Amino acid sequence: MEEATVFTFLRWIPALPLAGFLLNIFGARTETAGHGKAARVHWIACLAPFGSFLVALWAFAKLLALEPEARRLTDTVFTWISSGDFSAALRFSMDPLSAVMTLVVTGVGFLIHVYSVGYMHGDRGYARYFAYLNLFMAMMLLLVLGDNLLLLFLGWEGVGLCSYFLIGFWYEDPEKAYAGLKAFVVNRIGDFGFLLGIFLLFWTLGQHGIWTIDFSVIRQHVHLLGPTVITAICLLLFMGAMGKSAQFPLYVWLPDAMAGPTPVSALIHAATMVTAGVYMVARMNFLYAASDFACQWVAWFGAFTALFAATIGICQNDIKKVLAYSTVSQLGYMFVGVGVGAYAAGIFHLMTHAFFKALLFLGAGSVMHAVGGETDIQKMGGLRSKMPWTFWTFVIATLAIAGFPPFSGFFSKDEILWMAFSSAHGSPALWAVLWVGAAVTSFYMFRLVFLTFFDKPRDHHLHEHAHESPAVMTVPLALLAVGAATAGFVGIPESWGLGHNLFETWLEPVFGKPHHGAHFSHATELLFVVLSVAAGAGGLLLAWIFYLRSKDLPVRAAQAFPALYRLLYNKYYVDEIYDFLFVRPIRTISEKVLWNLMDAGFVDNGLVNGTARFFQGAARALRRLQVGDVQSYGFAMILGVLAIVGFLLFK
Amino acid sequence: MTQQTLVLSVLLFAIGAVGFLVRRNAIVVLMSVELMLNACNLAFVAFSRQLADMTGHVYVFMIMTVAAAEAAVGLAIVVLIFRTRRAVNLDEINLMKG
Repeated sequence: MEEATVFTFLRWIPALPLAGFLLNIFGARTETAGHGKAARVHWIACLAPFGSFLVALWAFAKLLALEPEARRLTDTVFTWISSGDFSAALRFSMDPLSAVMTLVVTGVGFLIHVYSVGYMHGDRGYARYFAYLNLFMAMMLLLVLGDNLLLLFLGWEGVGLCSYFLIGFWYEDPEKAYAGLKAFVVNRIGDFGFLLGIFLLFWTLGQHGIWTIDFSVIRQHVHLLGPTVITAICLLLFMGAMGKSAQFPLYVWLPDAMAGPTPVSALIHAATMVTAGVYMVARMNFLYAASDFACQWVAWFGAFTALFAATIGICQNDIKKVLAYSTVSQLGYMFVGVGVGAYAAGIFHLMTHAFFKALLFLGAGSVMHAVGGETDIQKMGGLRSKMPWTFWTFVIATLAIAGFPPFSGFFSKDEILWMAFSSAHGSPALWAVLWVGAAVTSFYMFRLVFLTFFDKPRDHHLHEHAHESPAVMTVPLALLAVGAATAGFVGIPESWGLGHNLFETWLEPVFGKPHHGAHFSHATELLFVVLSVAAGAGGLLLAWIFYLRSKDLPVRAAQAFPALYRLLYNKYYVDEIYDFLFVRPIRTISEKVLWNLMDAGFVDNGLVNGTARFFQGAARALRRLQVGDVQSYGFAMILGVLAIVGFLLFK
Repeated sequence: MTQQTLVLSVLLFAIGAVGFLVRRNAIVVLMSVELMLNACNLAFVAFSRQLADMTGHVYVFMIMTVAAAEAAVGLAIVVLIFRTRRAVNLDEINLMKG
């Protein structure tokens, strides 16, 4: 095991938000009984992640002071399971990878908490909201700081639970509650595969005498396992990632999850929870690196999802749905990154995505706030004059996601595209899919910007009342914009001649030296950079033509290809297909067979009532023994005597 | 000699048993009980004579005492029941429904 430094403050990183959760869920009324009570709620709720952020910074500083090979801090709280050869401890560990994740989660998380103070102002469930948000932070931090698969899975389930709570936050609306349920159920399907993967890993290692679920120990002994087993484990674990990180075919919950409050969409479904799958693959990189097939699988699923979701995004009219599909698509990019072995690139995109996607969602929330909750972009327009801060930060985020230099998304996306082309597991085909996806991404994002902020307002009533959001909401936007704009500079590729790729070097202790496409020249690499920017520019140009210059073009295009338009608008009918294939049969079986036949029929009627009926019948028969009639008793006695005498006579 | 006495004893016992089970009048039922008891007495005496042992006779004494006491108590109960229910027919003094 690599040497590790003990740092007992690590536990405070997840513990502070957990404390915030407990205080708010038990200590505060769920109704805001006036400003005083609300203030206490949000002070507790915001200080908790801020405290975690400070401790994370401290830990980060400590890591920096260590030698690269020794960059690992641990904090063992207690031994949780101890059974023969096997033991699992509640141990937090921070290495460069979890440091990146922790800083992103606590930093962006804190900003979103602050934003929520403005967004959720006056909501009846104010305290409940912040309690759940804090619980989510605690669970997510447990996920990224856990030193073994058990803690990772615990955090994994925990964030799924909080996602359910928060999506269905306004549970009085049945549709919103159902959306929460859908998220949880779809996640569960993925978790099934995930658990099987964990069990398989545990069991097969155990056959070699190694009983463990600690990452470091698994890493040491992974060479003991056969290739088929490793591939199986990787694919099963990826099933969990498909569910949690909304990849095809388990992405369907994410667009529905937009039913939750917008800051929730920003935090959980953009910056943090959905990235857990990517983190998991990165964490288990030693496993994936041992299976070519699994790498290809992950990369192609990611690429397919990236393009698939992007195409759906171009026809959606709900501002949050566009962003939801965008998230699914960008997660696909991250998986391509970790799939082709460019783990650092995948995590880099995770980080930049956290900034610009959270910014996009919070900006959308700001817009929704201004237009009284409306989400249909067809009713918006011309908002840039009314909300400058929101507008400019949104534009920065859009430029980042579309991959324009010098914004962060450019560096991370470009790295992934290059690695998709040049690495051993990559291929030109893979690159092509991602490149088209980048163009489509740029198109639908600028479509969003143009329809929302530019042009003349389409609904004047909405436009009248539109106003910029309060500072508590715009300051986080601004801070995130700084991140979205500058975060890319830590990952400038080496081939640009400006020194090492800092981000990649930082993650080397976890991922090993990166396998760059050594047989490609710098010129080729630069060519690809140009191509990436061209894709982004192409999307922007097309969006400008369609939505600002010749505004009748979208309608004419839809009329020229009605079937295609319907297909895209209805999200390829995937939800309807699932409903037909899975939901309806399960519902019917549940109701007709399991409920009517087995539960009501067999258990209720057969077992419970049946027992009662049996005893009733038995009692009716036995009752005749006690009639209070002495002559009957006498008769019974004589019968008894005759029986005994007969027995004695004839034995 | 013994055998005939025993046959008589059994017959008396049977008559007493049947009377106990079948008759409806409470006093007749008590009479049947007495009959059964005395049938047992007869059997005891028969065996005692055959074995030339006084033990049987002594038993008869005991049984007679008990029978007398029990008859007294039983008849007292019948009298008390008659006072409230004005009937000695067993069917009419049965409160149970089953």
